[in-house]
Amino acid sequence: MLSVFLEVLRRDLLLAWRNRADVLVTLSFFTIVACLFPFGVGAEPNLLRTIAPGVLWVAALLATLLSLHRVFSQDHTDGVLEQLLLSPEPPVLWVLAKVLAHWLTTAVPLVIAAPALALLFDMTQSATGVLILSLLLGTPILSLLGGVGAALTLGLRGGGMLLALLVLPLFVPILIFGAGAVDAYLSGTGANAHLMLLGGGSLAALALAPWACAAALRIAVE
Amino acid sequence: MESGQRFSLFRYAAPNVFYPLAGRLAPWFAAAAVGFTLIGLYLGFFVAPTDAVQGEVYRVIFIHVPAAWMSMFIYLIMAFWSAIGVVFNTRLSAMMTQALAPTGAMFCFVALWTGALWGRPTWGAYWVWDARLTSQLLLLFLYFGFMALTRAIEDPRRADKAGAILALVGAVNVPIIYFSVKWWNTLHQGASVSLTKAPSMATTMLMAMLVMALASWAYTIAVVLWRVRSLILERERHTDWVGEVLDAKGAQA
Amino acid sequence: MLEVTELACLRGDRMLFADVALTVRPGELVRIAGPNGVGKTSLLRLLCGLGMPEHGQVSWKGARIDRAREAFHRDTLYLGHAAALNDLLSPLENLRFAAACHGLSADVGQSELALERIGLGPQRDLPAKVLSQGQRRRVGLARLYLSENVPLWILDEPFTALDVTAVRDLAEWLDAHCARGGMVVMTTHQDVPFATPMRTVDLAESAC
Repeated sequence: MLSVFLEVLRRDLLLAWRNRADVLVTLSFFTIVACLFPFGVGAEPNLLRTIAPGVLWVAALLATLLSLHRVFSQDHTDGVLEQLLLSPEPPVLWVLAKVLAHWLTTAVPLVIAAPALALLFDMTQSATGVLILSLLLGTPILSLLGGVGAALTLGLRGGGMLLALLVLPLFVPILIFGAGAVDAYLSGTGANAHLMLLGGGSLAALALAPWACAAALRIAVE
Repeated sequence: MESGQRFSLFRYAAPNVFYPLAGRLAPWFAAAAVGFTLIGLYLGFFVAPTDAVQGEVYRVIFIHVPAAWMSMFIYLIMAFWSAIGVVFNTRLSAMMTQALAPTGAMFCFVALWTGALWGRPTWGAYWVWDARLTSQLLLLFLYFGFMALTRAIEDPRRADKAGAILALVGAVNVPIIYFSVKWWNTLHQGASVSLTKAPSMATTMLMAMLVMALASWAYTIAVVLWRVRSLILERERHTDWVGEVLDAKGAQA
Repeated sequence: MLEVTELACLRGDRMLFADVALTVRPGELVRIAGPNGVGKTSLLRLLCGLGMPEHGQVSWKGARIDRAREAFHRDTLYLGHAAALNDLLSPLENLRFAAACHGLSADVGQSELALERIGLGPQRDLPAKVLSQGQRRRVGLARLYLSENVPLWILDEPFTALDVTAVRDLAEWLDAHCARGGMVVMTTHQDVPFATPMRTVDLAESAC
């Protein structure tokens, strides 16, 4: 049972390694989006400090969105997805492996890059810590819910725009709690409640999203 | 007895049985919608007293509130039909879901529009990031997403199933979106934009609102029945009974 | 034993075929025939459980395949039009991944042997994107040499893009599978000399 999970995870990580330029593109996108904001709103340090958590979260969210098509589309065109669906093991297992691989190759690099961007916005060290924690707890929901959206829009023309329309409204609560965690920490009320909600959301998404995703994939190849 | 009931319920789930039934029921609901709307608007615009704080402007709530209620309720009904479709694999439930979506989006839009019109004199701005308005806007995007997805998929069976999954995922998220936006709103806006609620709503106001709610119900049912009828004809056009229906219509014309 | 009753397939809003009945017993080689567009591929996809029939059912060992999916897929190998290859992985990596997903125990040695038997020994470590069409095809077919214990093989045009010797070798391997008591359901446009008596099902007779 576990072997399918591990095989798929290993293969997707290997593919991500052979395609490692993709990760760089995602990271550059994350950086450039965040850097656009000072040009738009002005480089006043206090203003930048205020908007930093929101800007970094929005940038992370958009970077994740743009990388979502990678989760299933190549396997869909190659026919690998069909073979996975014909595997005797439950589809939830390998769906989870693919989403985990996406999270490891997209969200984790973003989390690693976030402190450098936080410096550009003059965030304090402890606020950056809270930001990283909120990203670590919140991005799994992005990958899981986004995986469902990616599976639903698989192979459709205009799939990228459609995917954005489907998943962005669902991402709003994660943005609220993610950026809100840093704000709450800075205002002195403490970020515990926000972080716990993000963690709880991740667990709930972990329990539900793979099923929806597997069902959507089955429909996509039919 | 029980098996008999079950049988009859499923009998109406067959498109060829539902088609004439919907055709017979729809005009009644349409008539009810017109009637309730006239009564509701009369009560709201002429009978209900002028609000002490807001003056005449408040009367937009007789459209705004029922539209907002209906837009949220329709999403729940869509999720309900989607669940039925996933569990029982009935074709009709997916058609119901797809027939409901445009009406839901329409009510959502009406609620936003009237909300903005109401907001201008009340808050001094067409749009404030109020929790209710914001979640209404997100709901509108959920409707748009549903309609865009089901229309982007050419194969109707795939569209049905994908739509059902999306509606269910959306329904799980609607309360989460609502509460998160509410929380966000209280943190960022404070009490500056709380709605001025009349301490006790006049009975006629409440009556007018309820009648308008009934009107939107009747309207929704009528429109959905008609829309399902045309969906049925489109989907089942290769079957014998649709051929007979179309022949009969041709003979009439 | 694979049993198909009253099977009907809808594509878009067009009924491709209806009332297809078919029984495949151990040792049988069945060819699905019919003109292009009659729904041969769609039928094979219904048989292996990738598609949902509009009507009718497919049963494996007496159980409906949608109710006993895992047991059925353990016993089934389907090779479709797409070669199921990732361009960035080598034939060996692709083959081992496919086998592992199917729960087949295939170590490196067995996988290398399978690739050699299909004639891809020298290319086994090249990335799949440099392979020719026929070679890509063969990577998929190499799974047949790891699937001796999988009774039901469903093959969509397995002989396309293969040269004469490869066709002969593959036909022999399919014969050997049937002789072991395996079952093969396939489509092909070529006349391939099989030792096993081949049963042909003409799908055009059930077309709508």
